[in-house]
Amino acid sequence: MITYNEILETNKMINKENLDVRTITMGVNLLDCADTDPKRLCEKIYDKITKSAEKLVSTGDDIAREYGIPVVNKRISVTPVSLVANGHDKDTCVEISKTLDRAAVNVGVNFIGGYSALVQKGSTPSDENLISSIPEALSSTERVCSSVNVGSSRCGINMDAVKKIGEIIKEMAYLSRNDSSAACAKFVVFCNAVEDNPFMAGAFHGVGERDKVINVGISGPGVVKYALQSVRDADFETLCETIKRTAFKITRAGQLVAQEASRRLGVPFGIIDLSLAPTPAIGDSIAEIFCEMGLEAAGAPGTTAALAMLNDNVKKGGLMASSYVGGLSGAFIPVSEDHGMIESAISGALTLEKLEAMTCVCSVGLDMIAVPGDTSAATISGIIADEMAIGMINNKTTAARLIPAYGKKVGDMVEFGGLLGRAPVMSVNGYSCERFIRRGGRIPAPVHSFKN
Amino acid sequence: MKGIITVLGKDQVGIIAKVCTFLAEEEINILDISQTIVGGFFNMMMIVDLSESTHRFEEISGGLKELGLGMNLEIKLQREDIFNNMHRI
Repeated sequence: MITYNEILETNKMINKENLDVRTITMGVNLLDCADTDPKRLCEKIYDKITKSAEKLVSTGDDIAREYGIPVVNKRISVTPVSLVANGHDKDTCVEISKTLDRAAVNVGVNFIGGYSALVQKGSTPSDENLISSIPEALSSTERVCSSVNVGSSRCGINMDAVKKIGEIIKEMAYLSRNDSSAACAKFVVFCNAVEDNPFMAGAFHGVGERDKVINVGISGPGVVKYALQSVRDADFETLCETIKRTAFKITRAGQLVAQEASRRLGVPFGIIDLSLAPTPAIGDSIAEIFCEMGLEAAGAPGTTAALAMLNDNVKKGGLMASSYVGGLSGAFIPVSEDHGMIESAISGALTLEKLEAMTCVCSVGLDMIAVPGDTSAATISGIIADEMAIGMINNKTTAARLIPAYGKKVGDMVEFGGLLGRAPVMSVNGYSCERFIRRGGRIPAPVHSFKN
Repeated sequence: MKGIITVLGKDQVGIIAKVCTFLAEEEINILDISQTIVGGFFNMMMIVDLSESTHRFEEISGGLKELGLGMNLEIKLQREDIFNNMHRI
C-alpha cells in the first residue's frame, strides 16, 4: 500500500513545486474536410473540430479534479492547413483561420495549432498562399497558432522560405503593433518539425497520424529544482540520478493523465512529450535549475553543459515511465516565459549568441525572444537560417520564435501577459546578411556520415 | 476504486469524528488512517474504498471540501492511482 511519505511527496510536488500537466492536446485530422467550395470547407472544418473536441475541456477538468493535479491547458492541433486548403486562395486561408478561432472559442480551448505549411524542400501554390496569409490570420484571430517547417536533415533548408518568413514576421509585428507585436508569439519556424508535438505555437497534426489522437505535454521545472536542492554539493553522478528519478515520477503522472483522457474521450493515446516547460511563475523556471546546479546566472560559462545534462537526463528518466514518448521532449528555454531567463537577459548574462549555442542541446530552439523593432527582415531570416542549420546538421528539431517588437529598442520590455510572459528586447548583431539571404534557392541536404 | 483523503489545518476537537461520519454516511470504508499534529497543525491521511458509495466522485470530493471549509480545514480527495503510478513500477 502507498505510504504516508509518498502521498506527502506527490502533494508537495503539486502544491509547492508547480508540478502540472501542461497540456492535453487533441490532434484532429482535417483532410476529410477538403472541398472546392470555400464556405462548405469552413463549415466542415468547424463541425469536425467542435464535434471531436466537444468534451475535451470538461474531461481535462474532471481528471484534474479527481487526481488533484492541475491540467493547465487543453488544446487542439489540426492537419497543416496548407494541405486542407489545397487549391484555394489566400482569402480562403484567412477565412479558415477565423473558422479555427471560432471553433476554439466554442469548445473552450485556449490555442489551436496547425495553421501550418511544410515547405522544407519547396512550396506548392497552396503553401505560398498560406504563408503569405499568416500575418493577417494571426493578427485578426486570438487563439490560432501557426508554424512553417523550412528545413530537415533529409532535405536541407529551403532558403526561399527562410527569406519569406523574415518578411512575414516583420509584417505581423507591424500588424499587431498595438498589442506588443504579439502575433509573432503565435508563430514558429521549424527545422525537423515533429508531427505529434502537443506544445504551442508549433503543434500540428501530422499526415502520418490517425484521425484523432491525444498527446500530452508534461512539465515540472520546479520539481527538478527542489529535488536538486537536496543534493546541492553532490557530484554529477548524483545530480544526474536525481534528475532521472524526478523526471520518471513526473512522467508517470503524465502517462496516467494521458491514458485516462484517452479512455474517457474514446480517442487513442498518441504520445507523452517529456518536457520541462517553464512558466513566468517563481519556482517554475529552467534558469533556476541552472542556478541550483551551481551557475550564478543562466548564460554563465557552463550553461550549455548544464542544459545538455538536464535535457539528456530528463529523457533518460522519462523514457521508461511512458509507453510512447514523442513530441519535442526535453527542456524548453523560452526567454519571456521564464523569470530567471528574463533576469539573465536584462542583466546581460544571457545574450542571443549564448542562447543560440544552448539551442544545440535544448529540446527546441530560439524561443520567445524579443529583438529591436527596426531589425531588418534579412537579419531575422539570417538568425532563422543559423538556427535551422543547427537542426539540420545535428538531426534535431530546432525552431525560432522571434518578436521584432514594433517601436521598441534594446533594453525596453515587451509585455505579452499570461503564460507568454514578458521579454526584454535583446541586442542583435548589426552586421548585414542581406546579400546572403537574397541568393534564394535551397541549401542541399547534409552528409550523414563523417561526424566531427 | 480507492481514494486518498488528506486533511490539513489548525487542530480542533472533532475533525476525525466529522470526517468519519461523512464517510460512513457515504458508505465509504476507511482502509488506513494516519494522523500527526505538529505545532498545533493537524495533518491526516486516509486511504478509503469508494466502491460502495452511490454518489459520483466529484460529489463526494465536493462534499468533503465543503465539510473542510466549515472547520477552516483543507480536505482533499484524490484517486489513488496517481500515487501508485508515481511511486510504484
